Amino acid sequence: MKSVRRRAMGALVLATAGAVVLAACGGGSGSGSGTGPGAGAPAASGGTKSKTVTLVSHDSFAASKEVLAEFTEKTGYTVKVLRGGDAGAAVNQAILTKDHPRGDVFFGVDNTLLSRALDNGLFDPYTARDLDQVASDVQLDAAGHRVTPIDSGDVCVNYDRAYFTAHRLAPPQTFADLAKPAYKNLLVTENVSTSSPGLAFLLGSVAAYGGDGWQAYWKQLRKNGVEVVDSWEQAYNESFSGSGAGKKAKGDRPLVVSYASSPPAEVIGVSPAPAQSPVGVSTGTCFRQIEFAGLLHGAKNPAGGKALIDYMIGKAFQEDMPLQMYVDPVRKGAVEPEVFVRYGARIDHPTTLPPATIADKRDDWVKAWTSIVL
Amino acid sequence: MAPPLVFFAVFFAYPVASIVGRGLRRDGGWHLGAVGDVLGDGSIRHVLWFTCWQAAASTGLTLALALPGAYVFARLDFPGKRLLRAVVTVPFVLPTVVAGTAFLALLGRGGFSDDLLGFRLDTSVWAILTAHVFFNYAVVVRTVGGLWAQLDPRQEEAARTLGAGRFAAWRRVTLPALGTSVAAAALLVFLFTFTSFGVIQILGGPTYSTLEVEIYRQTAELLDLPAAAVLTLLQLAAVAAILALHAWTVRRREATLRLVDAAGTAHRPRGGERVLLAAVLAVVALLILLPLGVLVARSLDGPGGYGLTYYRGLASADADGGTFLVAPLETVWNSLRYAAAATVVALLVGGLAAAALVRRAGRLVRGFDALLMLPLGTSAVTVGFGFLITLDKPPLDLRDSWLLVPFAQALVGVPFVVRVMVPVLRAVDHRLREAAAVLGASPARVWREVELPFVGRALGIAAGFAFAVSLGEFGATVFIARPDSPTLPVAVARLLGRAGAANYGQAMALSTVLMLVCAASLLVLENLRTSADSAGEF
Repeated sequence: MKSVRRRAMGALVLATAGAVVLAACGGGSGSGSGTGPGAGAPAASGGTKSKTVTLVSHDSFAASKEVLAEFTEKTGYTVKVLRGGDAGAAVNQAILTKDHPRGDVFFGVDNTLLSRALDNGLFDPYTARDLDQVASDVQLDAAGHRVTPIDSGDVCVNYDRAYFTAHRLAPPQTFADLAKPAYKNLLVTENVSTSSPGLAFLLGSVAAYGGDGWQAYWKQLRKNGVEVVDSWEQAYNESFSGSGAGKKAKGDRPLVVSYASSPPAEVIGVSPAPAQSPVGVSTGTCFRQIEFAGLLHGAKNPAGGKALIDYMIGKAFQEDMPLQMYVDPVRKGAVEPEVFVRYGARIDHPTTLPPATIADKRDDWVKAWTSIVL
Repeated sequence: MAPPLVFFAVFFAYPVASIVGRGLRRDGGWHLGAVGDVLGDGSIRHVLWFTCWQAAASTGLTLALALPGAYVFARLDFPGKRLLRAVVTVPFVLPTVVAGTAFLALLGRGGFSDDLLGFRLDTSVWAILTAHVFFNYAVVVRTVGGLWAQLDPRQEEAARTLGAGRFAAWRRVTLPALGTSVAAAALLVFLFTFTSFGVIQILGGPTYSTLEVEIYRQTAELLDLPAAAVLTLLQLAAVAAILALHAWTVRRREATLRLVDAAGTAHRPRGGERVLLAAVLAVVALLILLPLGVLVARSLDGPGGYGLTYYRGLASADADGGTFLVAPLETVWNSLRYAAAATVVALLVGGLAAAALVRRAGRLVRGFDALLMLPLGTSAVTVGFGFLITLDKPPLDLRDSWLLVPFAQALVGVPFVVRVMVPVLRAVDHRLREAAAVLGASPARVWREVELPFVGRALGIAAGFAFAVSLGEFGATVFIARPDSPTLPVAVARLLGRAGAANYGQAMALSTVLMLVCAASLLVLENLRTSADSAGEF
């Protein structure tokens, strides 16, 4: 009986501890760092709400503490970040909730999804201060100013340097190279309907071969043994032989569709610093993605949202981005970190397509691709 | 019965109905043309067919491999049994992203089986089936084994005394007694594999898709809400049918059996049983322990040889390049707090529901029982998006509330609480209560002295289950988690989404931490449970 009672007490203690935790969280005090589940809740409902600006984004959004603190110091606004799934899921969530937007600014809609967001009336126009400092070729809504370009990044084929050195084979450089017999069974890419780099690579091939030629190109790739997996994580971490994770997983594909910024990512945290990254970039296979931020229609704190967009194309934020999100700044004169310059690849002539064309054709292309490749 | 019903209505029925309605209604009218379009689509029919047959095959394979395990864990005594039973349950609560990766490492390209035995599973449907065994082994061991341990072995002995052979005695006496619980376990495994998501995504590649995967794709990627709505309804109908069948077999089981204390039924293995034990341990080692071991090994395999580099990295917010505004290790604390809150909610809602189910009878109540299981078979993205579009206006503006996450997690915890509590509550003899009252005990004292000793232990078990599933819940949490406080599985997924050896190593380390936290809470569970509670196993 005694041990039974002790166990019952144990259960009670467990339940009580849970209740205490519940109460503690509900109190909004959170832990010292203010990052607990309860922290910030009062600010959202109390009279101080105009001091918080809410940024809605995807899972890859990142900014350093110092930069966010500097924003608060300069403007008096505190940034709260809401992340929700990958880029596609985050845009779709924003569209679903557009009547009651979750925040003030949305960041992370790229040129492949831009038309969907604009057609749904997600954003209010705002011309950011310093917009003249942003390269004009990335300003895809220059007439409407509903979105502001924040960063750009290139989806490119990456190669495993060690493999090509060991096999005395030159790494492929262009789309056409990938279809050559020398590179048979070497490439892994992503499913275009579930992965944004996969889709970008398809769009790149459409840009390179045109609306009529790309299907023939993919038939060649298929004949040349291209492997398709569902996600970037799987392609890069499991199948690719050049990444740190892929080596552990004994990946057997020396070519993967990834980003131009993957090589620097592979050397961060490695000491001593190697002469070059184990991963290289096939610079003729790139498709440029541009990410935008916009003021959400119906935002509770539009003034704070505008200040945040201004800040995001400011020098401090732009120079912080490369190591946080592995993307390139769009502001003229923003200095990239040394590791980026040293290990990264310069992509001078990426392919691209107008957002309206992508919006029109995307579903047809995806369907056709699926029937050809899968 | 009212509070659980309200909870269910507000946090499940309303959000799901809203998102489905958003898909099927336009301009104030119903547009059911989508139903025909979707069902007429050849690729959707193919998905439906694959969903059904892989679930049937996975269930068969799981039963074949796990039933011997159920016997061994129920009837045999061997050192380390409790620890092993906790460990085989770990995959069941691990996020599939992580477990799938570990599994692939073992049975995929260049893995253990590839190196030693020359076969690999990563490109075939076998990978999916075997991974489903990995995830659902514990369901069979716990559901069937829990009952098996309480069957009176003397009945089988009596049959043998009367001249039946060992196998005939087992087939005529034990098997019929177990039949209903085997059916119940089979239906549960079928339910989990029918709605399989992560396993299919990771191991199936782009050529295999289940309804659940298709619902995710249509909702989160394509924003084709009409198609998603039709598929959601299709899945709900299928799951409701499975649950009705399940409820029916459970009722039959409860009606027929005479049970004994499980403590007296297990014995040291003798003769052929040693071979069986060895075979079961080998299967457990190969299918469950080794994949989990790979995970641990990778988390320790740092740049300068084996060590704790990645674990140290978890403690710092900068080491990963700032994926989080906090150190990844803090997500452990976030997860524990969310899971604790979810457990309290699940215990309250599930406990009240179980009490209602025990005190009343009838068709309506039984339907309510099946209803509470429905969230287990509903796509997480449907629930998550449903939350976002429904709980966004006063008086239910919860989008800014941290409570949204525990509520979503409690949805999957409640069915476990109900399953554990119902048989135990039913077993409390009401005559005991009355006797105590006659002898002058106050109601509070009756509760404390009579009911608590029974119910307290079951509460502990239920709490453990609810806690563990909340800890591992990923699908719905990823859409609603307050991003300044990501949960552990969300953090793992985020680390895996970034290039660089350090991020990958830290993802493995964080997964190992999650595994340990799960195993520890299950071990606490094992110690709370005593033989008399086994009938209440899920």
